Amino acid sequence: MLEYFFRRLLGAIPTIFIIILVSFFLIRLAPGGPFDFDKTLAPEIQANLNTKFHLDEPVYVQFGYYLKDILQGDFGPSFQYKNYTVTELIAQGFPVSVQLGLSAMALALLLGSAAGILAAYRQNSKFDYGVMTISMLGISVPNFVMAPILILIFAIVFSFLPAGGWNDGAFQNRILPIVTLALPQIAYIARISRGSMIEVLRSPFIRTAFSKGLPTFYILTRHALKPTLLPVISYMGPAIAGIITGSVVVEQIYGIPGLGRYFVQGALNRDYTLVMGVVVFYGVFIILLNLIVDLLYGWLDPQIRLQARKT
Amino acid sequence: MNDLMPCGKQATMTSTKSALIQRLDNEIKNMSPLAKQILQLISLCAYILLASANCHAADVLAPNQVLHRGNGSEPQSLDPHKSEGVPSANIQKDLYEGLVCESPSGELVPGVASSWSVDKKGMRYLFTLRKDAKWSNGDPVTADDFVYSWRRIVDPKTGSYYAQTLAPVLNAEDIIKGTKKVTSLGIRAIGKYQLEVKLKGPTPYFIGLLTHSSTYPVHKASVEKHGNRFARVGNLIGNGAFVLKEWSIQSHILLERNPHYWDNKNTKLDKVYYYPIEDQSSELKRYRAGEIDIVEGIPISQMPWLRKNLKQDLRLTPYLGIYYFGYNVTQPPFKDNKKLRQALSMVIDRKVLTEKILRTGELPAYSWVPPNVANYQQVEYEWKAWPMSRRIKYAKELIKQAGYGKGKPLSVEIRYNTSENHKKIAIVVASMWKKHLGVKTKLHNEEWKVFLANRKTKKHTQVFRSGWIADYNDAFSFAELLHSNHGVNDSGYSNPEYDALLAQSAKEADIEKRRKLLQQAEKILLNDYPVIPIYYYMSKHLVKPYVGGYEDNTMDHHYSKHLYIKAH
Amino acid sequence: MAEVKSLSPGKQIWIRLKANRAAVTSMGLIGLLILMVLFAPWLSPFNGEDIDYEAIAAEPSLTSGHLFGTDSLGRDLFVRTMEGSRISLAIGLVATLVSLIIGINYGAIAGYFGGRVDAVMMRIVDILYAMPFMFFVILLMVFFGRNIFLIFFAIGAINWLDIARIVRGQTLAIKQQSYVEAARIYGASHWHIIQRHIVPNLLGIVVVYITLTIPQVILVESFLSFLGLGIQEPMTSLGALVSEGANEMESYSWTLIFPAVFLSIILFCFNFIGDGLRDALDPKQVK
Repeated sequence: MLEYFFRRLLGAIPTIFIIILVSFFLIRLAPGGPFDFDKTLAPEIQANLNTKFHLDEPVYVQFGYYLKDILQGDFGPSFQYKNYTVTELIAQGFPVSVQLGLSAMALALLLGSAAGILAAYRQNSKFDYGVMTISMLGISVPNFVMAPILILIFAIVFSFLPAGGWNDGAFQNRILPIVTLALPQIAYIARISRGSMIEVLRSPFIRTAFSKGLPTFYILTRHALKPTLLPVISYMGPAIAGIITGSVVVEQIYGIPGLGRYFVQGALNRDYTLVMGVVVFYGVFIILLNLIVDLLYGWLDPQIRLQARKT
Repeated sequence: MNDLMPCGKQATMTSTKSALIQRLDNEIKNMSPLAKQILQLISLCAYILLASANCHAADVLAPNQVLHRGNGSEPQSLDPHKSEGVPSANIQKDLYEGLVCESPSGELVPGVASSWSVDKKGMRYLFTLRKDAKWSNGDPVTADDFVYSWRRIVDPKTGSYYAQTLAPVLNAEDIIKGTKKVTSLGIRAIGKYQLEVKLKGPTPYFIGLLTHSSTYPVHKASVEKHGNRFARVGNLIGNGAFVLKEWSIQSHILLERNPHYWDNKNTKLDKVYYYPIEDQSSELKRYRAGEIDIVEGIPISQMPWLRKNLKQDLRLTPYLGIYYFGYNVTQPPFKDNKKLRQALSMVIDRKVLTEKILRTGELPAYSWVPPNVANYQQVEYEWKAWPMSRRIKYAKELIKQAGYGKGKPLSVEIRYNTSENHKKIAIVVASMWKKHLGVKTKLHNEEWKVFLANRKTKKHTQVFRSGWIADYNDAFSFAELLHSNHGVNDSGYSNPEYDALLAQSAKEADIEKRRKLLQQAEKILLNDYPVIPIYYYMSKHLVKPYVGGYEDNTMDHHYSKHLYIKAH
Repeated sequence: MAEVKSLSPGKQIWIRLKANRAAVTSMGLIGLLILMVLFAPWLSPFNGEDIDYEAIAAEPSLTSGHLFGTDSLGRDLFVRTMEGSRISLAIGLVATLVSLIIGINYGAIAGYFGGRVDAVMMRIVDILYAMPFMFFVILLMVFFGRNIFLIFFAIGAINWLDIARIVRGQTLAIKQQSYVEAARIYGASHWHIIQRHIVPNLLGIVVVYITLTIPQVILVESFLSFLGLGIQEPMTSLGALVSEGANEMESYSWTLIFPAVFLSIILFCFNFIGDGLRDALDPKQVK
């Protein structure tokens, strides 16, 4: 297991290198630089700034500098937020994004799989259609429509939740963003778990269990739950990555100091180091996440575990 | 105080009010008699309220003096010499204090300098600093602090974006270019509390410049100790009415009262929160939920709703800025084709644009320099007064002479940077060109930095949107923009006659003569049609009725030290 | 049972699909909507570009002819919504096709050749999976502007990974079948076998994939529109209309409601059709 873990980590190195390479050159290809404003800088000042950030040297030399720094764990100073380093910014923004993303995912997992499993148990009943239709609403309404509507209802009309802001992570400030993030995920998870539950219910060992006269609740939780959740788990890896990188909209609407907002602002302002830092950091994060999901999957499904050992 | 102090501000205040009444009257004209009477009554009341807002002696203060301000985007830095943009400047106004400060209505008042005098030529200033001005750690603010700070701004090594602010100071431009030593800057401390500043030419707006955040002093010892990290919580030592307490990036910045500030007894707020909120709709929702007291920007699409529901909180004030479209006159089709440029400018119905599309009270622009600029009187296009039909007829003739018409329709491209507002204006202008002149217009939306880069290189642009907000209250702030050597002259406009007039005005000490020179220059500029003035900017805020001490002003500067929370 | 067995697999799927009322209704609705989007603008006296200064942000009304009202520039919202739906559907379709073409060929080649080719190709897919793609799309849109083809390409390029994986798995199974063996013995080229024998057998999954990817693509596009990186005016998309409408929902609710209803219907229907198709095909096969 440990060996597998490290082998996967080693295998990730070329991946990370490619991510660095692509994003480094992509952002430098972009028209406009970090020190272009609607006012023009005096040439001498511009030159000084360029020297300070190595921007006056050929791109491959800059890339060398960057690789060297990053190997030492240094993402460099932010071009935009002059008093901070990129590492500091990521350290501030990432925990916020992760907390939101994971809470939303946990909520979605709970509600989504419960809805999906129950719908599957009563397949093609009114309950099934009802649950699936409601959950589909979460997919069909984009979050930038859902969020203002939620704010309008809960913050302005009934005014028992804040309309935005982070407030150092106070509980009431988290509720609306988490719900907004969770809604589409509830729908996806409900669909996946419904499909997989239908399949599991048809499988011989469950039929046997029913024929033995075991209580339904017992069968569902003890026998059917684990195999039903397998596809859900394999969905979770990319979904968590997606929910965290995709929370840009939610962060923007609710004014949350997460990493997605840094990224968009950084890209717009040509904050080379910040954009690079966020992309690279997320690349590593996604790799780790996929690895964890694979391990979890192996733990749930013995067949896969064997295969993993063989390869 | 000083005979050079522009008196235009006063005029601005009154004209704002009368413009408001005027607008109300216009609206009233289209209503039923009863509604008219009611509205006139309301507007009368509003006017009385507006007038009485200035005498706030009777206000009862709330026990909890905490203010929550929306602040657009995250400030780049709180180092006044290393930042750019309004969000940084807003906070720096509270953290630092320059030689000169502003009253709530925007008049220039003493800051760290308690008084100043200027010689006859207008080129040598002598500032007397107040002895009770202190840094937030208790150190006295001295003349040497200003010498150090001003040298720091113009030093190319600092990499200050606003080094040009001090360009009028003797040798500043050469230092910025790297051809002269930093110590040659025309600033000198005479003892601890006297400061002598030499200028390279008479600059009537120089005192006004000193309210700009880039001229603020920094605390030498802590800058040298902390370097790049000086403008952070714990390290930042300022001389303003507030000190930095918390800085949570993309979330909030918290300032607290500075007990060492010389005028601390008149500071009423104990805490000020600044929130970076780029999304104006979100900002408005937080305002409505009572989380924010002052809104930095208003989404124009919400204007009808706001007029209906939050009219009393709306603060719409003209300020010194112009929204315009520029022609790239270095490339076809606009190169050497003045008639074409004139035709396109004439058929834009600015009244429809401002009244039907924007609906936020912007005034249509027919000149380059906005109204209410100190020591200036506007020069406008004569066709401003013509009815649209006559303008269109005239423009059709022009475009025919320019070589375009039925057989050879003109197709142009408008470039604009991403914004709901710019998009709307570009669409409407395109439709006016199409309707009146048969011009085919392609819209081209770009992100800010891409847009800037293309605008500067002048290769791909044809018509581009632009805007300019004055750094100081003087016509020169606008005039210099189209000087052939100016860095923001993205039109590529170049007229030696115009440049000569500007150069002449920079040497002229007599205000009356200087004004005539600048007006002459503007006339030439307008007649050459390198730009299409569209409207003059308005500052747009929402201010809770319980926020006291807030006054509209043309520079849109609102220092927290003037504000307070009324009991409510 | 015996009767069913004698039917072709396509017919069997069709029968199972017909039993799924939600899917059938959705198919009907989508068909209607496509017809409407293509032809209804001709019936309207307005076009999507003309500004009616007398009817800026006018409410929906039968008498004025502005069935859905007008937007804040006085353009007819009915026509704009139709045009927006057209663009959104086109983006969904084209981007999905882009990802299909890349994904199917990539997956089929990897699965068919197997061995080292397969290992290398799937390694590349693994690498790409770790890319924060949404970020790259944002970067592309920020830097290189709002070109409709760029949107197609960028979104299509994200989605091909999933289909490549699925197709590879399927191909591994199909290539063991006797008819593929037979073709190989008769000396058919690899390319011929992949195009003639393997790809056609993937049709089932592909259809499911299309119906489930189109709504995702439409959502991604609307997300870009919200960030201000969407399509170039005067063209519009449902995403652009909805994000505009969301900003003015309290002033002019209709500018949100009509485009949002269209967007939701499209997303809803495609998702139901996809689910129905997946159920109708053997669910095991699909995964």
